[in-house]
Amino acid sequence: MEWLGVVVQGVLLGGLYALFATGLSLMFGVMRLVNIAHGDLIVLGAYIALSTVAILDVHPVIAMVLVVPIMGFVGYALQRTLLNRTLGADILPPLLVTFGLSVILQNALLEIYSADPQKLSAGPMETASVSFGSLSVGVFPLLTFVSAIVLIGLLQWVFYHTSLGREFRAVSDNQEIAQLMGINKAHVFGVAMALAFAVTAIAGILFGVRTSFDPSIGGGRLLLAFEAVIIGGLGNLWGTLAGGIILGVAQTVGGQINPGWQQLAGHIAFLFVLAIKPTGLFPRVAH
Amino acid sequence: MSESSLLLVENVSKSFGAVKVADATNLEVNAGEVVGILGPNGAGKTSLFNLITGALSADSGTINFKGNDITRTNAAYRCKLGMARSFQVPQPFVGMSVFENALVGATHGAGLKPSAANAHVVSVLDATGLMARANVKAGVLTLLERKRLELARALSTKPSLLLLDEIAGGLTDSECESLITSIKNVHLQGTTIIWIEHIVHALLAVAQKLIVLDFGKVIAAGQPDEIMASEQVRQIYLGVDNA
Repeated sequence: MEWLGVVVQGVLLGGLYALFATGLSLMFGVMRLVNIAHGDLIVLGAYIALSTVAILDVHPVIAMVLVVPIMGFVGYALQRTLLNRTLGADILPPLLVTFGLSVILQNALLEIYSADPQKLSAGPMETASVSFGSLSVGVFPLLTFVSAIVLIGLLQWVFYHTSLGREFRAVSDNQEIAQLMGINKAHVFGVAMALAFAVTAIAGILFGVRTSFDPSIGGGRLLLAFEAVIIGGLGNLWGTLAGGIILGVAQTVGGQINPGWQQLAGHIAFLFVLAIKPTGLFPRVAH
Repeated sequence: MSESSLLLVENVSKSFGAVKVADATNLEVNAGEVVGILGPNGAGKTSLFNLITGALSADSGTINFKGNDITRTNAAYRCKLGMARSFQVPQPFVGMSVFENALVGATHGAGLKPSAANAHVVSVLDATGLMARANVKAGVLTLLERKRLELARALSTKPSLLLLDEIAGGLTDSECESLITSIKNVHLQGTTIIWIEHIVHALLAVAQKLIVLDFGKVIAAGQPDEIMASEQVRQIYLGVDNA
């Protein structure tokens, strides 16, 4: 029973990692943009929520109502003014620009909020739990996991059943032709980035409630997000969820064996998948 | 510029380094016409299409469409104004169904609401003979079907000007005949067409005016029978390409 509990904890933790990774997966899927600043954007989401909670005196989950649109707007503006200019045949410019963005974000957060660890407080919700037989599961991790499933389901629906999703798939398939069919690429990329930022904001808030954060921890989150995306297979959001779960379970199981092995076990699981299936477990079917 | 002129290309030039793909090119197309473009490989035919549709921007000169100066506008804007093209090498959105491929053009290019867009796509697929393949992924289509999809996708944007780039190339005679019938029907419904083609008999079956390009320059323009009889055109054509 003890091990079952450990695995369940891991699965729920995987939901959070999947949320870290979803924005990254979306950016890569639609515009082939590898975003090195992604971890810092998660942290930025948490800090914006921190300020919102402090100013308006609301629950972090309520703060989402404000933080998500703010981040979405920032994403759209960033894509239209800066990132669109970096996209082209050469993959290096977006890497360099987002790396620069990462440095700027970290230092700006350090300047504004100092290096002290902060935490979003969700009150009794954080420690509440529900019991399934002898198994006790935290309400907040469960909520996080359900959010991941709902968000990914929603994004999949948008991708395959809406006009916006067709725009995403069209520009992702062939940008030049998409333009000739009347799609404004710059705008569609902006909308995709807004969506990615919105998901990232949710990830940042749930992360900030779960553990404490400071301006320097973005890099670690970026690594987890990359690992989840690559384990799951590029361009497949359900795969990204599976990737997050695999990482989460590897970490909790590793941590159960020896508390020092928690991070290591996740990375070993990643290397293992990469070694046996370099394209990830569920790559989007090649056309 | 005459009253009925739909597209007016004036003194448009474009070069890549020392290579001039368009050299002070002039072209006037009136509403309702079918204009054929001939010329040896590398004459700048496809580049001219790229300049007209906005995939390339002109170094100098102006392009006027429906009375608007579109020289500096992007491809999406030109599409919305009523311009569509097919590609020599078909480039469908391979991950999407045939229906979805055309739906992109109907919702964005033509700006139709969902129900109207669906109805329009149905009529376009019907007209291009693709209805039976509507739910198939575009990646698995045969060459003729891909050529038809190029046509269907261009028509889905409800163009008033349709640019066809060697759409008959690589087809068998019977396939070519059925494609010509489809194109004639499109013209009968009031769409103006500019057609680049090496298969001269296909072009002559539909075109009312011919233009011959060489080295980015228009070297002859006029009635199809005059052009085909012209010594200069025969020399260029018979010298370079036995079409």
